[in-house]
Amino acid sequence: MTASAPDSPAARGGSPSAEARFRYVLRLADTSLILGQRLGEWVGHAPALEEELALANIALDLIGQARLLLGYAGEVEGRGRDEDALAFLRDAPQFCNASLAEQPNGDFGHTIVRQFLLDAWQLELYEALSGSADARLAEIAAKAVKETRYHWRFSAGWLVRLGDGTAESHARVQQALDALWRFTDELLAPDGLDQQMAAAGIAPSLSALRGRWEARVGAALAQATLQRPAAARYPWHGKRGVHTEHLGHLLAEMQHLPRALPGAKW
Amino acid sequence: MSEDWPLFEVFIRARSGLEHKHVGSLHAADARMAIEHARDVYTRRQEGVSIWVVRSSEIVASDPEEAEALFEPARDKVYRHPTFYAIPDEVKNL
Amino acid sequence: MYTQALDSPTPESQAATPGSQESLARRFDERVERDEKIEPKDWMPEAYRQTLIRQISQHAHSEIVGMLPEGNWITRAPSLRRKAVLIAKVQDEGGHGMYLYSAAETLGVARAELLEQLLDGRAKYSSIFNYPTLTWADVGAIGWLVDGAAIMNQIPICRCSYGPYARAMVRICKEESFHQRQGFEIMLALARGTPQQRAMAQDALDRWWWPSIMMFGPSDATSKHTAQSMRWRIKRFTNDELRQKFIDVTVPQAQFLGLEIPDPALRWDEATQHYLTGPIDWSEFKAVLQGDGPCNRERLEARRAAHEQGRWVREAAAAYAAKHGRSQR
Repeated sequence: MTASAPDSPAARGGSPSAEARFRYVLRLADTSLILGQRLGEWVGHAPALEEELALANIALDLIGQARLLLGYAGEVEGRGRDEDALAFLRDAPQFCNASLAEQPNGDFGHTIVRQFLLDAWQLELYEALSGSADARLAEIAAKAVKETRYHWRFSAGWLVRLGDGTAESHARVQQALDALWRFTDELLAPDGLDQQMAAAGIAPSLSALRGRWEARVGAALAQATLQRPAAARYPWHGKRGVHTEHLGHLLAEMQHLPRALPGAKW
Repeated sequence: MSEDWPLFEVFIRARSGLEHKHVGSLHAADARMAIEHARDVYTRRQEGVSIWVVRSSEIVASDPEEAEALFEPARDKVYRHPTFYAIPDEVKNL
Repeated sequence: MYTQALDSPTPESQAATPGSQESLARRFDERVERDEKIEPKDWMPEAYRQTLIRQISQHAHSEIVGMLPEGNWITRAPSLRRKAVLIAKVQDEGGHGMYLYSAAETLGVARAELLEQLLDGRAKYSSIFNYPTLTWADVGAIGWLVDGAAIMNQIPICRCSYGPYARAMVRICKEESFHQRQGFEIMLALARGTPQQRAMAQDALDRWWWPSIMMFGPSDATSKHTAQSMRWRIKRFTNDELRQKFIDVTVPQAQFLGLEIPDPALRWDEATQHYLTGPIDWSEFKAVLQGDGPCNRERLEARRAAHEQGRWVREAAAAYAAKHGRSQR
């Protein structure tokens, strides 16, 4: 991903527009934001006090990533929108998070499966982005990688405990895996924007990433004695603003107060 | 109860150069989880570079009733303390 | 170092004659008077142990239940910064609960048992957390008033006679100062904001003032328990002393915010140099303590549900650990 790569912007004679870069950064920002929001719902309801703290800790990291990424996105867009304007004043079709992030928490197993699939993705992605041609993105990713390594340790650890725990826990997480697997396609199937960013050295090639993600996830599933679900195409992609019904409700709750008192400072 | 998690004692080294200090206890199903819990509970404000966890049942402690036998005789051995020796003020670095 | 084993004091002191029990008790009293710390395996009067278990566990329960009224607003915090700070605060509270359960366990009671007492409704926790958080301003009011009152209560306990409790309190107090500041900052932003925000702030103060000053408990100047607790250096000031201190500190803060304390009888007394309040309605306090507060049921229900619904998770983790032996890293 250096500037001298054959299909680099220098070689092709053009770098992505601000609009394209803005949308790409939003994909990263919104995924962290929505996932952090979901984890915030667990406070007061976790299976044990220690898990409550762990989930809150991950939520805090994700909100922190979202703030940095949204702040940067606003700068790239250049229309004066700050992190809060972007978080609280956009409607669902303007959100670019992966659909997986907006899926409801369900039980603890469901949350762990969702987390594990996204942690594997974020880990590979942030590691690769640490070498991004976009210096700011590289900086944010380098910080996020450290946090994500810990998230992965937590979620993969729990996946294994639940998968290889009791018959009940095994059944629950297998069910969650079966339900959520179709949303993983979007994480790894590159679209035009992903390809544009990869060509510019800003983002990694998702095809290369897929191999690493598969290996990481596969190893954890095996250790957890879980069955990898059959490949499923799911063409409605949150990263292109086409979400599931869940996002609308999530945003209604998240955005209500600033929207009720427009212009107010908090 | 099959859902009970054993108790672990937690020791944290706050910064390199310091020893591990006992900071409290927590419940976990296994040692790996105990490390993670310890990290979440006791190092939220960057108070740690190293964590030790030990099952509480593994700890052996001296008996407070024996405190006199174990510790009092040392009180008489004043020569272990620097203040036992009278060094003239003019001598530096001692 | 000490073990957390649930054993009782050493056989020697168990089989001790009444005479030597007396001398143990006298030695204990002398140590406490000298402000020496009592550690878990030291001899201690049974009543001292029981009082501490009750007090520490009530404090722990309060932290845990206290996560709920504020946790209620995490998903609706009006800015990302406020959301992050609130998550951090609630995380801290959970952590405080853990330090305190850990301290209680050194006295020979298991956390599972304490938790059962809470979920059964047998254990008490601070009445204040049975009030609902109806608006965002409530989150500010809790930080400012409730945490403010808690700090008043907690700082003296940092010097209490029981080592693990004192050390837990030192840790907690260090972390607590940000809690009160974040609450006050929220109130300040509201008080300086739009008319709707100012009204929101005033409404929150109207609802949280009296419950906050009731947090210190009724006057205990004549309580035998208080006298004993003070002799044992578990409690260092009376309820009235702490309450007065809190009021004197907080009234000027409310004035700074431009908000009015909902007490028409509140006045500055030049002679004593204190703010004096109108009469406190202790019947409400009693009702809330007995379980008839606005949210008592909901708070415990939430915790019970979480505990029940999480049972399969805890079992799975224990099963996995058993399967893979203690070599599991």
